[in-house]
Amino acid sequence: MEEVKLMKGNEAIAHAAIRYGADGYFGYPITPQSEVLETLAELRPWETTGMVVLQAESEVAAINMVYGGAATGRAVMTSSSSPGVSLKQEGISYLAASELPALILNVMRGGPGLGTIQPSQADYFQATKGGGHGDYHLIVLAPSTVQEMADFVGLGFDLAFKYRTPAMILADGIVGQMMEKVVLPEQRPRRTEEELRAQCPWAACGRGDRDHRNVVTSLELQSDKMERNNERFQKTYRAIEANEVRYQEYFTDDAEYLIVAFGSVARICLKAIEDARAKGVKVGMLRPITLWPFPTAEIARLAKQVKGILTVELNAGQMIEDVRLSVEGTVPVHHFGRMGGMIPNPGEVLEALSACFTDLKF
Amino acid sequence: MTQEEIIRPENKVYSRPDLLCDVHTHYCPGCSHGVVHKIIAQVLDEMGVADRTIGIAPVGCAVFAYNYIDVDWIEAAHGRAPALATAANRLNPGRLVFTYQGDGDLSAIGTAETIHACNRGENIAIIFINNAIYGMTGGQMAPTTLLGMKTATTPYGRRADLNGYPLAITPLLAQLDGTCYVTRQAVHTPAAVNKAKRAIRKAFENALAGKGTSVVEVVATCNSGWKMTPAQSNQWMAEHMFEKYPLGDLKDVESKTK
Repeated sequence: MEEVKLMKGNEAIAHAAIRYGADGYFGYPITPQSEVLETLAELRPWETTGMVVLQAESEVAAINMVYGGAATGRAVMTSSSSPGVSLKQEGISYLAASELPALILNVMRGGPGLGTIQPSQADYFQATKGGGHGDYHLIVLAPSTVQEMADFVGLGFDLAFKYRTPAMILADGIVGQMMEKVVLPEQRPRRTEEELRAQCPWAACGRGDRDHRNVVTSLELQSDKMERNNERFQKTYRAIEANEVRYQEYFTDDAEYLIVAFGSVARICLKAIEDARAKGVKVGMLRPITLWPFPTAEIARLAKQVKGILTVELNAGQMIEDVRLSVEGTVPVHHFGRMGGMIPNPGEVLEALSACFTDLKF
Repeated sequence: MTQEEIIRPENKVYSRPDLLCDVHTHYCPGCSHGVVHKIIAQVLDEMGVADRTIGIAPVGCAVFAYNYIDVDWIEAAHGRAPALATAANRLNPGRLVFTYQGDGDLSAIGTAETIHACNRGENIAIIFINNAIYGMTGGQMAPTTLLGMKTATTPYGRRADLNGYPLAITPLLAQLDGTCYVTRQAVHTPAAVNKAKRAIRKAFENALAGKGTSVVEVVATCNSGWKMTPAQSNQWMAEHMFEKYPLGDLKDVESKTK
């Protein structure tokens, strides 16, 4: 029988990382995600799986530890919250440029600046459009439940190694802090040295029996070669876009209006949709699970069927830009959001629907 | 000895270390980096650890260190080499992990990473090239630039009131409980080169033995940045740099000196 546990989303991340067989975690405390490092410290995986857990001197150091570990082929991760993730952008850009797999968790809080410790989704642009310098993308997974927090650790690592690119779990403070039932994945063994060398022939982990040295670098001063590097990165991104779009649809079969929302906000919207349908208004929802790659084709398909789309986000309107690009002006797309750590209730979502679409009455 | 006798293999007294790659160097003629690279390659050859060594290259002139020494390398962001080394070493037991960093990398932008790696006693070796100037970006002031020294960003000479004081960072690192060996060397004479080589070997042995962090500062020249000939640079270094950065061991836990 599967074992059901009750825990916070942040705690589930820590458990899932150990059970995935992660080799290392490097982090720096910041609310609302400090439970990740605290839980790892309490679980002492260095005594069981051999996983390295280290509290770094800064977010900058932590992401560069991730860079150093990833360059040796190890499965390594870090976690932080919005201001700390801003600090990590240097290292994230280097990870992408050096084609290194790694997992980064951002449990978003309200900004800009020091902002607030309350939940937010205001780092959507930063996560999906690059964030650091240069042309790159992260694979961005948006969990809406504690179960998805646990599941996306393994998914994120697997995708990161499959495409040799960093992946991010973009959670909001709600899903990090709330407690829910969760079934943790089975414990997997960490990769052995031999497995690592076979799976990551590029890893700079010491030459061993190799007849050549491995160099992990993002530097290429010859412009024609650097352009070729960029073309290779873009080819990877096109493959990810073709293969890895993930989303979930709710009540879309007969929907006349569509909500697009991600993370915990999608669950608030689901309650609003149930209320709307009880009043005879056919509202459906698409929840992007991958924010990059974005479910562009799926939203374009639904746009042919609905009269209008409302994006609901904990920000001033960020994902709405990708929704508008998806529908290319075929239907009106509106935004409803709360900011600064405020969370809408289902009634506010219904009010926003009727305010945006005047023919829609509850 | 006849010429034929001299070129016999058994009479050979010097050759390029096996690990030093036979490629053109990007370093300026007279630069200290080449000498330090050579002695690192010699030490790795002599220790027989090339198969388990991971070098961490900095940002600065030595950014291309990975082109010259035939071991695995990771190229760090500016100043972050000790953070990379921390993880590379902790995740890969039994490896020799060393960083190679300049004065801007180690004692300006990477000060926090340097101090905390040393304070954690990471089992790594840090090779620190102090030539008191930013070479790669074109000769700007470094934290270690001496007072009065002219650079691209102190064209009238470094002034304490405008630019602060020269930073001697290795004495600071020697205070930390995590460091086991902190020494200051130079490579301007054959005798100095031999001493620096012994220091680097000791640092590498300490790292492999898990004794804590070793720091080998090499007071060095940048004849291009200093706008002198290589010979003038060595003389100027001996006359001016060694006063602020005196050579010798600052800490050696094994010999009970500090």
